[in-house]
Amino acid sequence: MISFDIPDSIKNQLQMVEMVAGQMMRPQARYFDEHEHEIPHDFINMMWPVIKDQNKRMLDKLEAGDPSPTASGTKKANTSILRLIMLIEMLSWGDPGQYLCVPGGGLGGAAVESVGTTEQKLRLMRRFAEGDKPSWGSMAITEPDAGSDNSAIRATARLDEAANEWVLNGEKIFITAGALSLVESDGFCVVWATVDASAGRRGVKSFVVEANTAGVTVSHGMDKLGIRASDTVVISFNDARIPYDNILGSPEVQSGKGTKGFQGAMRTFDASRPAVAASAMGIARGALEYTKEKLAEVGVTVDYSKPRHLQSAYERDLIDMEAKYKSAWLLTLKAVAAIVHGRGNRLEASMCKAYAGSAVTEITQKSVELLGPLGYSRELLAEKFMRDAKINDIYEGTRQINLLIVARSILGYSRHELK
Amino acid sequence: MIDFTLDEEQLMLTNAIQRYAEERVRKVYRDAEEEGAIPDEVIQAGWEIGLLPSAVPEAFGGFGDHSAVTGVVATEAFAWGDLAVTMSLLAPGAVAIPVLKAGTDAQKEAYLPLFCDEKMPKIAAAFTEPDILFDPRQMKCTAVREGDQIKLNGSKSVVPMADSAETFLVYANFEGSSQCFFVPAQSEGLAVGSREKLMGLNALPAFRLTLTDVLIPAANQLGGEAGIPFDLILNCSRLTMAAAAVGMCRGAFEYARDYAKERVQFGEPIAHRQSIAFMLAEMAIDVDAARTMVWEAAWLMDQGKGITQEATVMKHFVDEMAVRVTDKALQVLGGYGYIREYPVELWLRNARGFASLDGLAIA
Repeated sequence: MISFDIPDSIKNQLQMVEMVAGQMMRPQARYFDEHEHEIPHDFINMMWPVIKDQNKRMLDKLEAGDPSPTASGTKKANTSILRLIMLIEMLSWGDPGQYLCVPGGGLGGAAVESVGTTEQKLRLMRRFAEGDKPSWGSMAITEPDAGSDNSAIRATARLDEAANEWVLNGEKIFITAGALSLVESDGFCVVWATVDASAGRRGVKSFVVEANTAGVTVSHGMDKLGIRASDTVVISFNDARIPYDNILGSPEVQSGKGTKGFQGAMRTFDASRPAVAASAMGIARGALEYTKEKLAEVGVTVDYSKPRHLQSAYERDLIDMEAKYKSAWLLTLKAVAAIVHGRGNRLEASMCKAYAGSAVTEITQKSVELLGPLGYSRELLAEKFMRDAKINDIYEGTRQINLLIVARSILGYSRHELK
Repeated sequence: MIDFTLDEEQLMLTNAIQRYAEERVRKVYRDAEEEGAIPDEVIQAGWEIGLLPSAVPEAFGGFGDHSAVTGVVATEAFAWGDLAVTMSLLAPGAVAIPVLKAGTDAQKEAYLPLFCDEKMPKIAAAFTEPDILFDPRQMKCTAVREGDQIKLNGSKSVVPMADSAETFLVYANFEGSSQCFFVPAQSEGLAVGSREKLMGLNALPAFRLTLTDVLIPAANQLGGEAGIPFDLILNCSRLTMAAAAVGMCRGAFEYARDYAKERVQFGEPIAHRQSIAFMLAEMAIDVDAARTMVWEAAWLMDQGKGITQEATVMKHFVDEMAVRVTDKALQVLGGYGYIREYPVELWLRNARGFASLDGLAIA
């Protein structure tokens, strides 16, 4: 039944997160923007107990034999993904750079959650549920010559049957929280590598590489346009050995057209794309509210009842920004609601990601314009919103890649028909 | 809990409307546009689906309660078939729903049963005005109290089926706000003018109306002395018009998508090219985004919330979406898109009307 109702328990939790976002993240957002590669420890330490407890509850349930929330299907509404999405939106509203430093499994954890066995989940995820020190998970897909085309991945995983270990070699770039997961904590990084380079995407598997693995080198953080509080690193693997059981999904290279293993890895995106869209929408809401607030201080407000000929250009622009924000946020919620009710959301995930990325880009660019010379000044946050926003149009699949996925889906085409 | 799926009743209703749209409306809508008339039996069949009676309580001859969400879901399904047919079928709602939402008990008893009849009632709302600076909250048509009568002056435009209407619900500026009044068609001073010649929607018989010192009893004011909460009525109409835009644009998207898969140039379907495929992807996203906005605003209204801000933002988005999507559909068809033998140019002409037409229909 059509409804836009968000459960009270989530709303209540959001109120608390809003306090952290407004009173801690926002005030120090500019500092971490201007001190790239510094780690927001106080924010991380505040979040850790909360994240830890939540993860512990889920893991304990799994251990007790309850089906994991992602596997519960249509039986019962799965609210945890909705909670997560709302949380991401609110934290990104606070500061998207710091949000990306939230401890826990992150994308790497999500990969284990969605394709790992129960044994793997219990063994690997426990670190995100206990301990005094926070830990992180990360995901390494991109390579210098494999961006959107991740079937071009050249990092290799060779099975050493005698030692029952995988041996990883290659270079991965653009790894969010890579240093947090492998240098600053005892976390792990999920690495995509091929077990058979001649098999194209069929040979690509994902592997869990834990911190302190010999042969793993984490480089210095990359310098970025925005989300500067978030570390983005290059990781090299030189005969890095990991246990056989750290492969996610089947090690078999399917023959013929079968791409099941690869699709399993791709399934992570069904949740991570709405998550990126939600982060984009947090920034968009932040920028929109900020712009309205700053304009109100100088006497410019929106009257929603005015006819067009009495509307100022400001009013028209603000209504336009609000429309883009609202439509993109609702599309994001639609992609999430599909998961909540146990339905597939591949198409919706790409739709909301493509659209939210472009919406937040346009909204934040307009915000800088509307605030005049001060919009361009680093004294205000508008220009930071604009720089932070742009990443959402790129990572977890660029807008164009997601449009391609949408197009193939609505046309019923494979990648051979629509390149 | 948040959800974007129709309930069983809505599914049955939209399935019935979808069947009607495919089997009846899509057979005639092109000729109807060229000839300026929709066959009576097509209208009758659409009326018999019974959307309006399902929104009227039993006490007044219907069999249900009004739901804005059900209204927009049904409207989308109708408009997928054709916009002019949809406006014809939902025009009576522009009288019935305001009566339902704001009428006095006596007015509900007098008027609501008319909308639950087997035949469509001959009653029309006169909302829009022929004015470049038309502002629904500051209408130029005036209503002035004279003793226990009201005197109306002004002109209205795009009044649907005015040539056969026996009663009009005329909107006018009354003591500073937009209010509406029942005016018998044979009132002295009321004249049905020429038929509107619009850019699109030509199958819908719509007319100008002029009122010169038309006197009616003060009791004919909808809502009695309390009047109507005008924004509520305006927002009802915006929801319906926006839902119609979504339905029509879904039709345009589907048509362009199917065409692109069949049209072969350079040895393969043009849909194999990203330049075409991306336009289609953007259209699909645009329509979906618009629908979620319409649904949310409708849902908020059903929760009893005032939605003027949401409706303004939503309508701003949907009006532009309609032009974007139908323009892209035309572009996908290339030269054929410009030819009247194909439906796409009609959809573009219709689409541009949404920014200008309020108050035409309510579901």
